[in-house]
Formats: sequence, C-alpha cells, structure tokens
Amino acid sequence: MIRRLLLLACALSLPLAVHAQDATVQVLPPALDGSRPLEALTGSAVVRDYLQSWAAFRSAFDQNAPQLLNQDFVGAALTRLDGTIADQGRLGIHTRYTARSHRLRIVFYSPDGLSLQIVDHVVYDEQVMQGATVLATQPVHARYIAVLTPSQTRWQVRFFQAAAK
Amino acid sequence: MSLSRWFLLAASALVACPLLLAQRPSMHLPQQVVAGSAFSISTGGSGQGTLTIVGPGQALRRSVQLGSPVSIPAGVLYNAGDYVVILANGSDEQAGLIEVTPAQQPARLSFLAEPSRLPVDLQNGISGTVYVFDIYRNLIVSPMPVSFNLSDSLGPAQTRTVTTRNGVAWTRMNSAAKEGSARFVASVAGVASTRVIDEVPGDPCNLSMTAVPDKGGEAKLQTAPVRDCSGNPIPDGTVVTFTASFNGMQSTVDVPLKRDIAEVELPLPSGASVSVASGVVAGNEIHWRGQ
Repeated sequence: MIRRLLLLACALSLPLAVHAQDATVQVLPPALDGSRPLEALTGSAVVRDYLQSWAAFRSAFDQNAPQLLNQDFVGAALTRLDGTIADQGRLGIHTRYTARSHRLRIVFYSPDGLSLQIVDHVVYDEQVMQGATVLATQPVHARYIAVLTPSQTRWQVRFFQAAAK
Repeated sequence: MSLSRWFLLAASALVACPLLLAQRPSMHLPQQVVAGSAFSISTGGSGQGTLTIVGPGQALRRSVQLGSPVSIPAGVLYNAGDYVVILANGSDEQAGLIEVTPAQQPARLSFLAEPSRLPVDLQNGISGTVYVFDIYRNLIVSPMPVSFNLSDSLGPAQTRTVTTRNGVAWTRMNSAAKEGSARFVASVAGVASTRVIDEVPGDPCNLSMTAVPDKGGEAKLQTAPVRDCSGNPIPDGTVVTFTASFNGMQSTVDVPLKRDIAEVELPLPSGASVSVASGVVAGNEIHWRGQ
C-alpha cells in the first residue's frame, strides 16, 4: 500500500517538477528616459539572452560548474559568480535556484549602444544542498539589476546584482 | 505498567525535553547589512553549530557556539545581494534571509565616453555614461548626483549634473568649436574619472582655388588655405581632388594638403574647365583660357 502511494506521489510530482523550471515571464515596456531608442528586435534579443543567462546561472550553481557561465556572463559578473561557485565547492555545498517568475523591464540603453540595463523583479526558491540532502529552502523576492553588453552574437551579462527592494 | 515505571518515564521526559529544546538552534538576523560592514547574529540553543551564508555573490561558513552572538567582521560579507543563512546543529537547523546592500560611498566609476575622436562643433556629438560602484564593486543604486564636465583649452567648460537612476547616469555634450584635446571628467562624491576626447577639424568649408599659368605654360592650380566652417585648418594629408574636363574627356588628380594648401600643375588646353573638391565638399569651378 505504502509503495503504491509513493509511486502515485512520484507520478504526480514529476510533471510539477518539470513545470517548476519554467518560470512565468512578464516583460514590461521599456522605460529608457530618452537615452537611446530601442528597436523591438533588440529588446526581444536582450530579454531572451538575459533569461538564458538565468538558466546558465541555475545550472552552474547546481552543478558547481563555472564553465557553464562562460557563454552568458562576462567581466565582473562572471568573476563574482565564478568566485561563489568556488566557495560552494570548498564548503561541499551546491545551490539550486528555481525561478518562479520574472517581471522584466529594460530601463537604460546607453547612447553609444554599448550597454543596456534590465531590472528584474524575480521570485525564486534558493535551495542549499549538501550532496542530495537539502539543508534549507528559502523563497526569495528580489529586484535584480543586470547590465548587459553586446558581444559578436549575443548580449552577455556584465553585471548582475540583487538590489534593495 | 507499574506506577513506578510511569513515574520513571515521566521524570525522564521532564529532564530530557528541556535539554532537547535547549539544543535546537535559533537565530535572529538583521534584515539588511551594508556590504563589507561588521554585523552580529544572535543565536539561541546550546552546543556547537555551523553558520552558513550563501547567495549568488558569496558563500561562507563559520563554526559557532550556539547561544552566543556570532560576529561577522568587517570585510567578510561584501558582495551585495540576497543571502540564505543557515544555522545548523546536527540535523536541526534554522534558515533565514539577509540582504546585503551596497556601501553608499562611491569608490569606482565605470565611465565610457564616446567617441574618442570627432569633428569640432558637433551638437550632442559626445556621450558619456557612468556606472557608480562602491569599494567592493557593488553598483550603488540609490540616486547620486554625477557631475559631467567637458573642457578644452579655449572655450568655457560645459557642465551638467545628472542624478543616477539604478546606478547609472548619462549625458550628451557638444564638441568645441576649436580643434584640440578635450578633457571629459565625470565625478561623484570626490571620485572622478577622466577621458580625453580628440576634437578634430570638420569638413572643409568654402573650398576655393585659383589657376595661373606657370613658366612652362601649364596651369598652376592652388587652393586657398583649406579650413573647416569654424576656421580650423584641415589636417595635412587630407586629399583634395582637381578635375579637368575638355571636349567630353575628364582627368582627375588627387593632391594631399600640405600646410593647409593643395597645389598642382596641369597641362590644360584653353577652354578646359577645372573643378575642385574634397570629400563631399565641392569648391569653385574655373574655365581656363590659357592666361
């Protein structure tokens, strides 16, 4: 009987677990304050690349694999995240960031077109794990500020910081 | 079960429960701490425990004595962001959140000025963007006034003060009327960053030439000193093109400017017409009569 119940629970939880990785995303109209007009295509590319960087961030921190960050992060953001993953490795922990929702707005596009800023009101669960053991799970409501710069083929996150709410 | 056994069990429970409860770790976290500042976390419980602080910016762990406050010294937790804090004692733990905010004193500016070289007298031709960081390279997101100052060797400096929004401020400036190097300075609360902008002459203005016969009977074509519309001499090496047309035939000569002037000698038949141009700027036209 107990085994049946466990199987049923696993079967029910599987679709939920898969779904949990797909956060809801709301993209608000840009608020650029006259800095530089933003083409719609550029805006959508930036949002796509930013969300992809979250996926890379999640995988890298879950697996303690800093190389997974290299495509999406550069500069100060990459250095900082690399350092934290190294810290995690030393402590024998890893963290799983599961985003529940993103509410994004592009708030700045530099006049020279070389940097762009996104504010992301993100809701995520941070799960701190030691091997397969969950040490703690905390829901977090954060206001992230990301600065992205263009590379040859995509926008990369150069700066990534949770700011005061 | 005999009464004495019940009594023993109850007595054991009475003794053990407070001990168990006393060992459960608990803590009181400050909601916010400033990046790099010292702070303290008060803990409850007894025995040894571990305190783990982990977020995207940092991960660290300390051994702690439960029941005593845990002091985190200055300079230990310095990357701004949200952190999960876990106080653990064996299998018991308590978790909470702490927010690390940037220090409010700017220490570094990321200042990008574009372009590094441009023609003189261009309205809003120069842009400057500044991101303001604290000593730990956290973006200071609270509004701060940034002063932009563009000065050249002659004219009065252009100054603008712009308040940061989400840690960034930007402006546009005009290039000066006179060629030369301009210093573009951004400063916030005593921290400054300087970029040098090379302001070069613009396109030639009022390009004109004269033609006189030389000793061999050829036409000597010579421009007046070539200057831009603000009177700055156009740099040596700038190409000036002379074009001669006669009976449907056309020939051109490219001549680099030397000491503001371009000159060339051409064998021109009487009745030929000659024009002069530099880049997209056209000058006057001369009908050559051989004299």
